Amino acid sequence: MSSVRALVAGHGTFAAGMLSAVEQITGRTDLFLGVTNHDLSAADVEALMRERLDSSGATVIFTDLPAGSCTMAARRLQRERPGVVLVTGTNLATLLDFVFHTDVPASEAARHAADKGRSALVVTGGAASGH
Amino acid sequence: MAIELFRIDDRLIHGQVVVGWGQPLDLAFIVLVDDEVASSEWEQELYRMGVPPEMDVHFDTVEGAAQKLTAYQRDERRGALLTGDIETMAKLIELTGSITRVNLGGIHHRTGRTQRLRYVFLAPDEEKALRALASRGVDVSAQDVPAARPLALHEVLSGEGNR
Repeated sequence: MSSVRALVAGHGTFAAGMLSAVEQITGRTDLFLGVTNHDLSAADVEALMRERLDSSGATVIFTDLPAGSCTMAARRLQRERPGVVLVTGTNLATLLDFVFHTDVPASEAARHAADKGRSALVVTGGAASGH
Repeated sequence: MAIELFRIDDRLIHGQVVVGWGQPLDLAFIVLVDDEVASSEWEQELYRMGVPPEMDVHFDTVEGAAQKLTAYQRDERRGALLTGDIETMAKLIELTGSITRVNLGGIHHRTGRTQRLRYVFLAPDEEKALRALASRGVDVSAQDVPAARPLALHEVLSGEGNR
C-alpha cells in the first residue's frame, strides 16, 4: 500500500520545489506525488492527475493557483470522485502541516493544513521612512 | 480600450491568461467563446471560479459572440476574447470580419498534430486555416506570455521560432 496521501500540482516546477522544501525540513518524501502542467493541454493535465490519483490512492490535491489548469483539472476530477479534497493557494506551511497530521483522515488533515497555510501569510516591515 | 487580446488557447481560462496577461493588460473582462461551455452551467461555474471577483466573464457561443462583438468592442474597459481552438476563432472572424489580430497561446499535443513550438502543435488542416487567416490580412502570431517575443506565423510554421 502506497503511503502517498496527496498530489501537489502546479505551474512550472512548483511541485518539485515544494516537495524539495518539505523533504529538507521533514525528511519525508513519501506522502506526496508532484504534478506539473508545463506545456500540457487541459485534457492532458486532467489525464495525468487522474492517473496519479489512481496509481497512488491519494485523496487530496494541493494546487498553487485558483485559476491554474491543475486546479481546473482537479475540479473536473472531483465531479467523478466527490471524496477528493482540493486545496488551492497552497504554500509551504500548508504542506508541512499536512505532513504532521498523518494520524487523522486525509480530508481532515487537508482542512487543517489549509487553515495553517492561510495563517502563515504574514507581512512585516514597510514602515514609512519619511522619504 | 475594448478587446485587447484575441487568443486561441485550449486551456481557455487559466493562470497565464488571468494573471500573466490579466495584470499587465489590466483586463477587466474575458469573453469565453465555446459552444460547449456556453451550454453548460457547470463548466461556466468552473471557469468563473478561476477569475478574481472584479473580473467579468461572458460565455458565448460563436454566433452569440459574433452578434455581441461590436458591443464588447465599445466597452470602456480592457478585455480578452478566448477560443479553445483555431476553428472557433476562424468562424468568429468569418462571421464578424472585424478581428485583425490573433494570438496563438496554447495549442497542445494531440494525435495528428505536429509540434511547431513548445506550446503550439498543429494538424495539417489547422495550419491551412491559419494560413487562410493570414492571407485575408489577419495578423497571426504566437506568444504564450507578454514577456515572450511574439513570433509571426511564418516563424511558427518554419520552425524558426524554436531557434
